Amino acid sequence: MSIATIFGICASLLIGIGLYGLIVQPHPLRKMLSFNVLGGGTFLLFGAIARRGAAAGLGGDPVPQALVITGMVVAFAATAVGIAILLRFFEETGEASLRDPMKANSKELDH
Amino acid sequence: MEAIFSIELGLLIVALALHVVVGRGTFAVIVGFVAYGLVLSLAWMGLSAPDVALTEAALGGGVTGTLLLRAHARLRGAKGDQQPVGVFGRAAALLLCGGVSACLIIVVLTLPAPAPTLAPQALSDLAATGLGNAVTAVLMVYRALDTLLEKVVLLLALIAVWSLAVDRNWGDRPMFESGRGTNGPLIFLARALIPLGVMVGIYLFWVGADDPGSAFAGGAMISAMGLLGFFAGVCAVPRVSGAWLRIALVFGIAVFLVIGLVGLAAGSGFLTYPSNFAKPVIVLIEVAMTLSIGVTLAMLVVGPPAEPSQS
Repeated sequence: MSIATIFGICASLLIGIGLYGLIVQPHPLRKMLSFNVLGGGTFLLFGAIARRGAAAGLGGDPVPQALVITGMVVAFAATAVGIAILLRFFEETGEASLRDPMKANSKELDH
Repeated sequence: MEAIFSIELGLLIVALALHVVVGRGTFAVIVGFVAYGLVLSLAWMGLSAPDVALTEAALGGGVTGTLLLRAHARLRGAKGDQQPVGVFGRAAALLLCGGVSACLIIVVLTLPAPAPTLAPQALSDLAATGLGNAVTAVLMVYRALDTLLEKVVLLLALIAVWSLAVDRNWGDRPMFESGRGTNGPLIFLARALIPLGVMVGIYLFWVGADDPGSAFAGGAMISAMGLLGFFAGVCAVPRVSGAWLRIALVFGIAVFLVIGLVGLAAGSGFLTYPSNFAKPVIVLIEVAMTLSIGVTLAMLVVGPPAEPSQS
């Protein structure tokens, strides 16, 4: 089994794991962590495919590698914006959850 | 032998990812995420992508970890009213995600045999660029427009973060839990490490022309040194309305655009470099970009301007 295949399978598992956390974890911070795990897996999959394109004395295709570097910076920027929105939401409401405030209010009225 | 090491590394990464996703305790999970980023950069080394490995270690592990740890500290005392997903929902999610992974594994195992590659094309024009690192050539020459737009995305993200400030705090300094110059060991660390770290950052971009390294990894390193300075309280977080800060933020994009437009005016097209001294022009852009990336990343981590903390 080649190195590219091993890390390709690893990346596929990471994508599934990250997606699972994104769906199942209720806390927004945990969702963002899961999203970054998912992103890491996606980049690694791209990297495994780049490794298969090794040619002309290079260890891998440089084009996907460069795109992954760009992608990582954008992923970080998106995470920073997400965190800033979450912190501002917490400042405003004292909460850090994604539950529907309308639903929560109606539940409280029921009690 | 290499395959065994790679399989072990892959298992370690998957285990860390599981810890990050289903582990208990947000703090432990974030520390796990930093470890995930560092081990992932080893995988990038295994895939012969040292440039990506440097960026992953600096950005994916380090700077993102700092961002998340700060958010976790600020969110302490948040109402823990979280509705966990029920057993049925979990089972459905497990099925879906298992399916996604299984499909991707099948795809990985059945990729076309002569893999498509742009490596020969990337190398064929390398001499004309004056660079030795094909990845840097892709970033700075062949796909220079992508890199320019990605810099714009970084700046847009910072504008988005700043726009979350409360009106009365606009123009102020971002809130930062600094040691206020009282934590002796931290101050010593900052004073000893920052000059070295900044030098490593500059080195990373400089060697990036011919060897692994890039303006992104260098910029991330410089931003980390800035954050260390903020933490130790040896340098103040700049006001978001400060002229020098604004200039540093747009410097990279401005130099990139000016050189791009000069190419257009010279008749050879947007973002084309003069063929006889392409390398000095590229290095000039990278100097400006490294500075701007470093400042932008650090400002993204410290967040929007806020009232000074009372602590």
